[in-house]
Amino acid sequence: MKELKSAILMCLLFTVLCGGLYPAVVTGLAQTLFPHQANGSLITDANGQAVGSELIGQPFTGPHYFWPRPSATAEFAYNPMASGGSNSGPSNPAFLATVAERVEALRATGVTGPIPADLVLASASGLDPHISLEAAQLQIPRIAKMRNLPEDAVASLVAGHTEGRQLGLLGEPRVNVLLLNRALDSQS
Amino acid sequence: MTLPNDLLQFFGLLAAVLLLARPLGTFMARVYNGERTFLSPVLAPCESLFYRICGVDRNDEMGWQRYALAMLLFNLVLFLALMGMLLAQPALPFNPQGLPGLSWPLALNTAISFITNTNWQNYSGESTLSYFTQVVGLTVHNFVSAASGMAIVIALIRGFVRRTTDTIGNFWVDLTRSVLYILLPLSLIGAVFLVSQGAIQNFSGYKTAALTQPISYDKPKLNEQGAPMLDQAGKPLTESATAKEVSIPMGPVASQEAIKELGTNGGGFFNANSAHPFENPTPLSNFMQVLFILLIPAALTRTFGVMVGNPRQGRALLGVMLFLFIVAFGVLHASELASTPMLHKLGVAGGNLEGKELRFGLAGTNMFEVATTATSCGAVTAMHDSLTPLGGLVPLSLILLGEIVFGGVGCGLYTMLAFAIIAVFVSGLMIGRTPEYLGKKIEVREMWMSIVIILVAGIVVLILSGIAMITPSAVASMSNPGAHGLTEVLYAMASMANNNGSAFAGLSSNTNFYNLLGALAMLIGRYVPAVAVLAMAGGLAGKKYVPPSLGTLPTDKFPFAFWLTLVILIVGALTFFPALALGPIVEHLSMMGVN
Repeated sequence: MKELKSAILMCLLFTVLCGGLYPAVVTGLAQTLFPHQANGSLITDANGQAVGSELIGQPFTGPHYFWPRPSATAEFAYNPMASGGSNSGPSNPAFLATVAERVEALRATGVTGPIPADLVLASASGLDPHISLEAAQLQIPRIAKMRNLPEDAVASLVAGHTEGRQLGLLGEPRVNVLLLNRALDSQS
Repeated sequence: MTLPNDLLQFFGLLAAVLLLARPLGTFMARVYNGERTFLSPVLAPCESLFYRICGVDRNDEMGWQRYALAMLLFNLVLFLALMGMLLAQPALPFNPQGLPGLSWPLALNTAISFITNTNWQNYSGESTLSYFTQVVGLTVHNFVSAASGMAIVIALIRGFVRRTTDTIGNFWVDLTRSVLYILLPLSLIGAVFLVSQGAIQNFSGYKTAALTQPISYDKPKLNEQGAPMLDQAGKPLTESATAKEVSIPMGPVASQEAIKELGTNGGGFFNANSAHPFENPTPLSNFMQVLFILLIPAALTRTFGVMVGNPRQGRALLGVMLFLFIVAFGVLHASELASTPMLHKLGVAGGNLEGKELRFGLAGTNMFEVATTATSCGAVTAMHDSLTPLGGLVPLSLILLGEIVFGGVGCGLYTMLAFAIIAVFVSGLMIGRTPEYLGKKIEVREMWMSIVIILVAGIVVLILSGIAMITPSAVASMSNPGAHGLTEVLYAMASMANNNGSAFAGLSSNTNFYNLLGALAMLIGRYVPAVAVLAMAGGLAGKKYVPPSLGTLPTDKFPFAFWLTLVILIVGALTFFPALALGPIVEHLSMMGVN
C-alpha cells in the first residue's frame, strides 16, 4: 500500500502548506499593507468605540434618517450574524404582498411616480450598505422637513456621499446609507 | 443601468480572460511537461522536498488503474480528515465563538461536498464553522479538490499525445505541480488584492458595534428547552425586543475567497457567499472574482492545444465556450433588466433587484452568475431563487449541460472533450468512416466512456428529483409555491450531481433527506466520470497514431466548432427539456398571463 502512505503524507503536507503557511502569509501581508480593510473597515466614534463598518449596512427606520434597502436577515433587519436574502421567487404571492406593503409605506410619505427598485426589493446579503442615487434623492424632501434643513443642504450632503462607478466603468453609482446618516447627525 | 456601459463591462471581462488565459495556458503546459519556468528557482526545491517526504519518484509513470487508485485514495484520506474535523470542532483551536460540532448527516454532506469540488453548503458559515475548520479544513480542500480535477484532465490530454504506451503520468506529480506552480501563487496575489478592496483577513473574535439607531423587533419566545413556543392557533409566540448593538463576524476570509474562485470551488465563508460585503466589497473585487473563476478553465484550452501540438484544437473548444457564454449572459441580462409584470404593476421601476447587491449593478451581478454556473464554481453574488423565471433558467441550464462552458477546473475540459468525441463519432457515422480525434481512432471504449461522462450526472439529477417529488418531507422543504418549488428541487439535485454548489436557496435542505441523497449525488457525479476519463485516457495512450488523411474531419476549424455546439445543445435539450418545461418555463408563461 505504497499509494496509501503517499496519500496520507500528501494530505498532511498540503494541510501544512495551504492551511497553515498560505493563510499565515496572506494574514501577515494583509495586516501590514491594509490593516484598516483587513480588520473590517470599522467606523469608530470619538471614544474609539466601534459603531459599525463602512461595508455593512444598518437598519434605519426613523423618518429623520435615510432608509436603506429592505433586508431579509433572520431575527431583525441587517443582522450581520445571519447574512442572506429572502429567496422569494418572483411569482410568490407572499413576496408580492410584502413588496406592495413597502410601496404603500413609501407612498404614505408623499412619494409619487415610479419607485426605485432597490428601495422595495431586499438585497442578496441582507447587509447591502448602499442605495441608488435615485433612492436617496427621493428621500431628500422628507429628511429636510423632519430635520428643518433646506433641501439644498441635504442634497449637497447626498452628492458628497455618492460613489461613482469604479474606474469609471464598473458597478453602479451609489450612496452609503450609514455614512450619510452619520454625516446628517453630526450636522444637526 | 445604461446598456452600453453594461456591454462594455461584459466584453471587457471577456477580453481580460482571453488576454490572461493564453500566457497562463502556455505556462501550465510547461509545468505539466516538467520543463523549467520562471518560478522553478523558488519552487523546484520545494517540489523535490514534497516528493522526498512522500516517497514519490517523479519518473514513476502510472497506468490508468494506478492513477485512478491514487486519486481515489487521496480523496478518501481527505474525506476522513475533514469529517473528523467537522465532528470534533469544539475540541480544536481557533474557535473564539465556541461553536459546537456538526451533526453527522450535515458533516457527511459537507465533507463530501468539499472533496468533490462541489461546495454545496447546508449550513451558514458565520454561525456554524470555526476559523480552524474554515482554514485548515475547507481552504485546504479548495486547493486539492481543484488540483485533482486538473491532474485528471492532464492525464486525459497525455492519452491523446502518447502513442502505444500504457502509462498516463504520475498522479502525485500532477497534483503537487498544480498546487505549487499554479494555484498557490495566483491565490496569494488574488487574496492580497481582495484585502486591498476591503475583504477581511484576521483571526479576531467577532466585533460588537453600537447601532446608530437602535431597532425594535419581534423576537420568538423560547421555552426552557430553547424551542419556539406556539400559541393555540399554532403560530409562534413573540415578544418585543430592542437591538442596541450588533455582532459583526470576522475571520480569515480573503485567503479562502481567492482559491474559492480560482479553483471553481464556490463555498462561501459567510452564508451570503460573494454577495457578502466582507467577501466581495467592491465592483472591482467582483470583476476580479469573475475573472478568477474563468481564468484556469479558459487557460486549460490553451494548455490542451499546446500539449497536443496544435493550439488551434484548443481554440476551437474555446470558441464554442465563448459562444455559449455570450448567449447565456444575453438571456439572463435581458430578463433581469425586464424584471416582471407583477413588479411593474406595483409601480416599481428598474430591473429585478430582489436578491442582488446594488454595488455590482445588474451587469456585474449577471456576469458573476453566468460564470459561476458555466463553470462548476457555485459561488453567488445574487440569490438565484429570486431571479426572474427565464433568468433562473440560465444558470440551471448551464449546470445541466454539464458545466462545459469553461467548466470547472479540469472537469470542464474533460467533459467538453467527451462531447467532442461524441461529435466526431456522429459525424463519422454520417460520412461512413472510422471516426478519429487528434490522430486517435474513436472506438467502442471511447464511446462508452464519453457517454458515461456526459450522462451520469443527468441520470442522477432526474432520478433523484423524481424521488424528491414523491417524498412528502422533501416536498415540504420547498419555500416557494407552484412551479417555482419544482425548480428549487431540480436545481438542488442538478447543482449537487454536477458538483456546482450554488442553490435556489429557499429550499430548506439541511434535512436528512437532502443531506444524504445529496451526498450520494455528489459522489456519483464526481468520481464516476473521473474514473471513466482515466479509463479512456489509458485506452487512448495505448493506441497508435493515425495520420490525418483526406477523409479526416478537421477538428480545429469553424465547421467542427459549429457542429460541436449543436451536439451539446441537442443532448442537453433531449435530456432536460421535459423537466425544465414543468419548472421555469411554466412559471414564465403563467407570469406573462398576468397581463
